[in-house]
Amino acid sequence: MVSGGHEINGGPALHIGDKVVLERQHLQQLLDALSKKGYRVLGPTVRDQAIVYDEVSSLKDLPSGWTDEQNAGTYHLKKRADSALFGYVVGPHSWKRFLLEPEARLWQTKSAEMGLTTVGHKEEMPRFAFVGVRSCELHAIAVQDKIFIAGEYVDESYKSRRESLFVVAVNCVQAGGTCFCTSMKTGPKATSGFDLAVTEVVNTERHYFLTEAGTKIGASVLGEVTHREASEEEKAAAEGAVEKCSKQMGRTLNTAEIKELLYRNYENPRWEDAASRCLTCGNCTMVCPTCFCTTVEDYTDLSGQLAERRRRMDVCFTMDFSYIHGGSIRYSPRARYRQWMTHKLATWIDQFGVSGCVGCGRCITWCPVAIDITEEARAIRESELSHKSVT
Amino acid sequence: MSEGKRMETLEPILAKHPFLKGLKPEHLKILVGCASNVRFNAGQFLFHEGEEANEFYMIREGKVAVQTQGAERGPIIVQTIGEGEVLGWSWLIPPYRWRFDVKALELTRAIALDGKCLRTKSEEDHDLGYQLLRRFAGIIVDRLEATRLQLLDVYKARS
Amino acid sequence: MRDGNDMAANPMLTHPYLVKSVQQETYDTFTIELEPKNEARPLSFLPGQFNMLYVFGVGEVPISICGDPAKPEALVHTTRAVGTVTKAMWKLRRGDLIGVRGPFGTSWPVEEAKGHDVAIVTGGIGLPPLRPSLYHLLSKKQDYGKLFLLYGARTPEDIVYGREIEQWRKRPELSVDVTVDRATGQWRGNVGVVTTLIPKADFDPANTIAMIVGPEIMMRFTIAELQRRGVRDENIYISMERNMKCGFGFCGHCQLGPFFVCKDGPVFRFDRIKPFFGKGEV
Repeated sequence: MVSGGHEINGGPALHIGDKVVLERQHLQQLLDALSKKGYRVLGPTVRDQAIVYDEVSSLKDLPSGWTDEQNAGTYHLKKRADSALFGYVVGPHSWKRFLLEPEARLWQTKSAEMGLTTVGHKEEMPRFAFVGVRSCELHAIAVQDKIFIAGEYVDESYKSRRESLFVVAVNCVQAGGTCFCTSMKTGPKATSGFDLAVTEVVNTERHYFLTEAGTKIGASVLGEVTHREASEEEKAAAEGAVEKCSKQMGRTLNTAEIKELLYRNYENPRWEDAASRCLTCGNCTMVCPTCFCTTVEDYTDLSGQLAERRRRMDVCFTMDFSYIHGGSIRYSPRARYRQWMTHKLATWIDQFGVSGCVGCGRCITWCPVAIDITEEARAIRESELSHKSVT
Repeated sequence: MSEGKRMETLEPILAKHPFLKGLKPEHLKILVGCASNVRFNAGQFLFHEGEEANEFYMIREGKVAVQTQGAERGPIIVQTIGEGEVLGWSWLIPPYRWRFDVKALELTRAIALDGKCLRTKSEEDHDLGYQLLRRFAGIIVDRLEATRLQLLDVYKARS
Repeated sequence: MRDGNDMAANPMLTHPYLVKSVQQETYDTFTIELEPKNEARPLSFLPGQFNMLYVFGVGEVPISICGDPAKPEALVHTTRAVGTVTKAMWKLRRGDLIGVRGPFGTSWPVEEAKGHDVAIVTGGIGLPPLRPSLYHLLSKKQDYGKLFLLYGARTPEDIVYGREIEQWRKRPELSVDVTVDRATGQWRGNVGVVTTLIPKADFDPANTIAMIVGPEIMMRFTIAELQRRGVRDENIYISMERNMKCGFGFCGHCQLGPFFVCKDGPVFRFDRIKPFFGKGEV
């Protein structure tokens, strides 16, 4: 049943902060409008029994009626009773794979008679539209902005993709088993960094999206989609669902003075404990939306006339990540696990002014041996308390 | 040189040497009694490995090399000792034999202290013995630390 | 025409430089001198900074610039040939091309050191990264107190810039002392670790800036000896080394605690890095 107002399409212009209602079927128009404007539209899809980000053009491409059940070391999809389009949490992909290419050619160089000439790799900078970005993911993108745009050096490829990006955020109405965005103050409500933000409301009677315009361009795109002014009840229902979600977090992480806590505990025996379980497989790093380490590889062709440099994502858990002549600085798994976690929760703050962790829970879910960063942080914090009581 | 004249010239010299800083005057006098002025020309050996070790030297000026004959051509120098430093602790521990060759690299002047004399006096006056041992312990600790650093071969190329 | 110093445009793009000469320094160390191929201006740098040098088809390594910052036309790097890239670099000849990115990193505190005694303590292949600083101090000696160069090498055959060191000895404003870890009978100089040179150098510990480069163990012992002498931690500067892939803080490889050695270093004021320096596997 449609409540209140009448539907508009191409009516009076919308403004930043305007909240309107889209019916489920009208969301297709949003995808069409973005595609027509030349965006490569990316959104959630079901593939290989997980929800991953890929090109979408139709609502049928989205994971309608699917949810995910996540816990430490476990992830599986489950069918929902309804046909919610964003009824899952987060999958193994994060949006960094589009902003910071996993593999990129940096340049080529020819060793011709003229000598070494380097040709900067000219790539066609794509214009992306991300559909279905969670608040934690918005924060993760903002964290990576600090690294690649806000410093003395700028990654031009990242900057271009970032500047042309259109973001449709999704406010979470259900929390995952490994989620702890409320601890990290990164959600569940998207507060900034989006062009549009939707909250999906599904019940036996209705299926709509309370949609907010976050930017002028967002408002303009929204104007092309059939919409209706939102009633107070609809706004309240959406807000209530997000509020309820914030109380359902699967995990918590006490961030009080966590930087100082970890700086004090480089020699805590808990690291050995974690190391005895950690396979140094690097899954956590690969699924983490903020991990940014890369490496560089130099290639030549068979003739030796053409050389190329490529950049690819790297993982600090590898044996030779910290290699200098003679050996690796961090040669033990203990040191490498400690490096990853201390960087994520502590040194990142000194480097970039924010935590590296957004509480998305991916590292917990995708760790094959179920190491839980919130559990490790808790154990270290508690080890100090018991120590204090002895002295 | 007469006994009296020797004691006149050496006492202030000994008192100034950093190694004996803080030594009580009566102990200083005992040391002076066991002391003599020595000098070595460049290339001259102070002693050879295996010889009886009956003195130690407080270097006043110059430089000596502590060395050993290896399998390689020529001797290997493990340490040089110079002005203000002390050479020789083999007089302290039986069998009282030098374990290295020591050769002057340049004109070197030193005070030689009679080890046999001091061993006897230290048995009589344990306080003096303690003062000497304490100072030598400091030197040995420094040398051990430096030797470990040399052993670590920190500048070696590692690939 | 791209400005040779304009790294902001694409800091991962390497710029072709011509090899002017490759000189042997010791049995495993060489100096390579470069000049720009396309750039209008020579690469200007501050003492302590480094370049990423690329050998065509082989790879890239970070190497400290070790020439005179006042004469940037001669772009010089001295390095040991220990890996595939440096070994290939040693085989380059005059007229060959090499890729250069940089300069990157922080520099020695030659400004802050004005009015102070300066003690340069270095070991092994640590002398090249400090030579630019020494050139600067010598050229502006009226701005500084007493200058000291304390240098330790493995054996006399490992001493880098041996002839230049003898020239430096002649300068009245600079006190030079060299030692080796062990020597054969012809050596007339000191034998012993470089820390033994510190008590003999008469700098004023309350008013001395120390600049140290060497293997980490050597730097640790040197710092301990300087502290024993009364030099304060905030007057001690060291240069660190870590795995580097980019040189400007993007690849994450060179992290030491919260510091990126490529951009927060390689020159660090010791009191700032103290909580992480010498900590195992950090």
